[in-house]
Amino acid sequence: MAETNFRVVNKAVRKKDAMQLLLGKPAYVDDVTPHDCLIVKVLRSPHAHALIEEINTDIARKVPGVECIFTYKDVPQKRFTMAGQTFPEPSPYDRLILDQRVRFVGDAVAIVAGESEKAVDKALKLIKVKYQVLEPVLDFHTAKDNKILVHPEDNWRSLCPVGADNQRNLCASDTCGDRDVDAVLADCDEVVEHTYHTKACQQAMMETFRTYTEIDHYGRLHIISSTQIVFHVRRIIANALDIPKSKIHVEKPRIGGGFGAKQSVVAEVYPALVTWKTGKAAKMIYSREESQIAGSPRHEMEVHVRVGANKDGVIRAIDVYTLSNTGAFGEHGPTTVGLSGHKSIPLYTGNLEAFRFAYDVVYTNVQAAGAYRGYGATQGIFAVESAVSELADRLGIDPVAIRERNMVREGQVMTAYYNEQANACALDRCMARCKELFGWDEKYPVRDMGNGKVRTAGVAMAMQGSGISGVDVGSATIKLSDEGFYNLSIGAADMGTGCDTILAQMAAECLDCSVDDIAVFGADSDASPYDSGSYASSTTYVTGKAVEKACAQLKENLCKVAADMLGCGTDEVEFAGRTVKKLDGTSEVSLFDIATKSMCGNETVVQATASHSSPVSPPPFMVGMVEIELDKETGQVDVVDYVAVVDCGTPVNPALARVQTEGGIVQGIGMALFEDVTYEPTGRIAENSFMQYKIPTRLDMGKLRVEFESSYEQSGPFGAKSIGEIVINTPSPALAHAIAHATGVWHRELPITPEKVLWGIQKGQE
Amino acid sequence: MGKVLSINQYVRAQSLDEAYTLCQKKNNVVLGGMLWLKMHRRQVGTAIDLCDLGLDKIEETETEYRIGAMVPLRALELHEGFAKLTQGAMEEAVKHIVGVQFRNCATLGGSLWGRFGFSDVLTLFLALDARVKLHHAGEMPLADFAALPRTTRDILTEVIVPKTARRVVYLSQRNISTDFPALTVALAAQGGAYTCVVGARPMPAAVFADDKGLLAQGITEESARAFAEDIASRAALAGNMRGSADYRREICKVLVRRAALALAKEG
Amino acid sequence: MEIKLTLNGKPLTAEIDADTLLIDFVRAHGCYSVKRGCETANCGLCTVLMDGTPVLSCSVLAARAAGHQVQTLEGLQEEAENFVGFIADQGAEQCGFCNPGFVMNTIALLRENPDPTDDEIRAYLAGNLCRCSGYEGQLRGIRAYLDSRKGEA
Repeated sequence: MAETNFRVVNKAVRKKDAMQLLLGKPAYVDDVTPHDCLIVKVLRSPHAHALIEEINTDIARKVPGVECIFTYKDVPQKRFTMAGQTFPEPSPYDRLILDQRVRFVGDAVAIVAGESEKAVDKALKLIKVKYQVLEPVLDFHTAKDNKILVHPEDNWRSLCPVGADNQRNLCASDTCGDRDVDAVLADCDEVVEHTYHTKACQQAMMETFRTYTEIDHYGRLHIISSTQIVFHVRRIIANALDIPKSKIHVEKPRIGGGFGAKQSVVAEVYPALVTWKTGKAAKMIYSREESQIAGSPRHEMEVHVRVGANKDGVIRAIDVYTLSNTGAFGEHGPTTVGLSGHKSIPLYTGNLEAFRFAYDVVYTNVQAAGAYRGYGATQGIFAVESAVSELADRLGIDPVAIRERNMVREGQVMTAYYNEQANACALDRCMARCKELFGWDEKYPVRDMGNGKVRTAGVAMAMQGSGISGVDVGSATIKLSDEGFYNLSIGAADMGTGCDTILAQMAAECLDCSVDDIAVFGADSDASPYDSGSYASSTTYVTGKAVEKACAQLKENLCKVAADMLGCGTDEVEFAGRTVKKLDGTSEVSLFDIATKSMCGNETVVQATASHSSPVSPPPFMVGMVEIELDKETGQVDVVDYVAVVDCGTPVNPALARVQTEGGIVQGIGMALFEDVTYEPTGRIAENSFMQYKIPTRLDMGKLRVEFESSYEQSGPFGAKSIGEIVINTPSPALAHAIAHATGVWHRELPITPEKVLWGIQKGQE
Repeated sequence: MGKVLSINQYVRAQSLDEAYTLCQKKNNVVLGGMLWLKMHRRQVGTAIDLCDLGLDKIEETETEYRIGAMVPLRALELHEGFAKLTQGAMEEAVKHIVGVQFRNCATLGGSLWGRFGFSDVLTLFLALDARVKLHHAGEMPLADFAALPRTTRDILTEVIVPKTARRVVYLSQRNISTDFPALTVALAAQGGAYTCVVGARPMPAAVFADDKGLLAQGITEESARAFAEDIASRAALAGNMRGSADYRREICKVLVRRAALALAKEG
Repeated sequence: MEIKLTLNGKPLTAEIDADTLLIDFVRAHGCYSVKRGCETANCGLCTVLMDGTPVLSCSVLAARAAGHQVQTLEGLQEEAENFVGFIADQGAEQCGFCNPGFVMNTIALLRENPDPTDDEIRAYLAGNLCRCSGYEGQLRGIRAYLDSRKGEA
């Protein structure tokens, strides 16, 4: 293992913005942008599938205070995608800002802008729309090759070879594998084969989607948005408005949570269109209802798994087929699905002889999906981990033991993970520590608590990636400033995760100074160095490495300035934190003086920018164990204790890594037990508010305990991998496992509600 | 999406008569805690606020508690006398309702006036043999009030709870901690008579007596089970997002039985 | 209509609509700490104190607040500073959007019950949703503050 004796990295430093946020200072879009701007709202379709025959806005336009109303007749006719991905995006170009065809209940029909909310609300009611109502595709099992097409249009485009075909309702399709999975499965003593269903869960970040737009003093469109992806927003809005990229400037203030939701453009297009057309400042604040029905939730998936093993518990083959529902538009459809196999199967690389992974991603007439923490891995891991636990049951092997027997180990090549080698993997240590901390041997057996209640336990493993290999670009600019402090500029987006702080910790480690000596700025498409954005668990691993590189370059430049000041050669000095010293110890110049010199008669830049991209995406690993109390008479499940042990490489900030883990686990508990998305026969979502879409409160999560078992990832900054996404992956399979152990019934559809549990107990496995 | 509630005029009534007169108009509305009203797509002419009328007090007499309609649920939750009277059932009935701030806003009058299907409060107060006072129609049993047409244009001013020696147990089933209940049950015993109230059916709470005298020989595991089966077979139950009718029937059996056993334990 | 109330200690007279909600009123008067997270009174982000009692400002008419003392986090900075540093030490502020409502309700909790148990803290703050932190770090922060206070005593 490499050196882990750090000074600033691997320390629990307070988040740089913590006190401002805790004291409620203005920091978010609606706090820091003007209020005397146009209010923008969207009229939404009541139909899941319809053509607008007539739309009359004459009366609505006459409402005093209404500035403009736009319909499909007023927008550019070039299709684009709202997915925040590197160009050329794998997501199909299937959107217009407003379309004559509406494709889900909540799809945009018209945009209204006015001086006050009241005027806009009134105008919305006065727009008369005549729809030709069409039959929708609501069941995603029937979508592929359905005679009803969600995107029949000729100008639909897929930029990448992802197997998309709009004439078949296909957003993507592929098959891959290694050796003959059917033959190996046929040779196994035991094969578990089931289908697992997860829902279109909502990120439910506390700050809904929101964007402010204005024309700046250069005549450019200035967008201030709650986004994880300032650079992608620039491209997407330029595509949507069909204007040059150079006309757009995007920045983000503090973000009230993202979890991937804000890796898609959701609200931005509407005020952008209004401002571009009227020249007036505009703002759109999504209501919670809009966020629930017209946001960018998780892809609903049905994952069909076959896992084969010998009697001794050696897992030999895994076959996964995923059917993913991208909804009305294809944002992140072709990419999320990949993780359902590529980040579940490799967990069992240990003895794996063969695997196959195939998928179809289909269009339907429901809310379009997007990116949500875990990004397909969550769905796939629920399926594969559940199947493995059931396999252990059938073979009469302890579920921890079967995992110890088959898990991926350091040094192994993961055939199902693009043949990447697990160079840093402490999954075995995570399991051992978790087992000990949790008390697996005592808690796994079913214990009768009286009054109809039993306690039992479940376990699951997980992995994720660290950035998108060969694609994601992270950059950092570090600059020496007055009196010897530094400015660090980044294009990654701190959405509460603390990346501003952990990147500053890395810079402070490199520059041998305090975190307080680093002022962080970001993200701004004009001022920040290019960064793909904060998603795919990339920021620590990819942008962190860029910080490390930039600091190394800056040190060279500082040495050059110092050598000039000392009248010696650059090779005769070394950087020593607050000074640059001559190697022979005879003299030195302070950083303060170098900074002063840099601003007077100087021609050597005391600033460095570096970019980084990684050819690999080293997986973090983790183990989660849950203890539940289950009421066999009501079906109620209470989480009692959740223990997680994570290998994220070096935790750059253990406090923040811990809170990431805790937050991810509680979201995962919500997905497993409470958070449902159901559709009425019309296609309308029933869970359209926090009254109906129930996320966990602090009474619903039991006790959480988190520890780290670190490996050291050589390709990452200071040995770090990633933490942001993996943490949501264990609760669903661990809870399904614990419930199965308590009741004898495996629940393969989420959420596992008390009613489902009770019927399981009364009616047995269906 | 449009804002939901609009109010043309706001009046703080200076007398109940004034409030009563104002509320005769169909598009005028008396404000309670505003939690439910706010969510409705509705155009209100005049919002009538009773907050100046001193209806936020809990008065105790020799024989009863008189609770003003504007008393917030949180005050009932924290009230020591009420806790004693209900053996903790008051707190149990409201502590799951969203959060402290919500319960500081939500009023007893508003909770009962709405006769909400999901109402924990209606369930418990029916079991407490409460009476309500309407400004125009006068005092009547809560059960009678609950049956009044929703178009009734009157003002609920007070809730009266007799200080009768009564044992009561409150139980509810929720899919998640602070959600609406999937079912509520309040069981009260007084002088050998039992009142069982089942709410969140999801229709408003309904009152059942032990018609068959199943508990007459005392509460045992068997009699409690028989009583619970009887109630579950008599209660009209239906399905909604929080559970099917069949699930509610199963839960009803469990909660009523557990309530009966808890009652026996207390007694 | 015209109302008079006291906002963070300052008497205020203002012209409002009958249906102006207190949340919109206080934001219009510069109290940006008060956030809207839902339309259904479920999230707790908009918590303010009215005559010292925590209420959901999304569900109170500004007109109803007339004649009352309204406090937002802008007016309770010192009281908040007593304990929020302990939450910062845990990293439990995360995105921060729920923080003002959570901090306001914690102030109310600690005034009402200066030495709460963990269960009492959870119960009192149950109406304050947070999607980032998983709540445990918030609890650790409050606990650390309470322990530090005991240390001083």
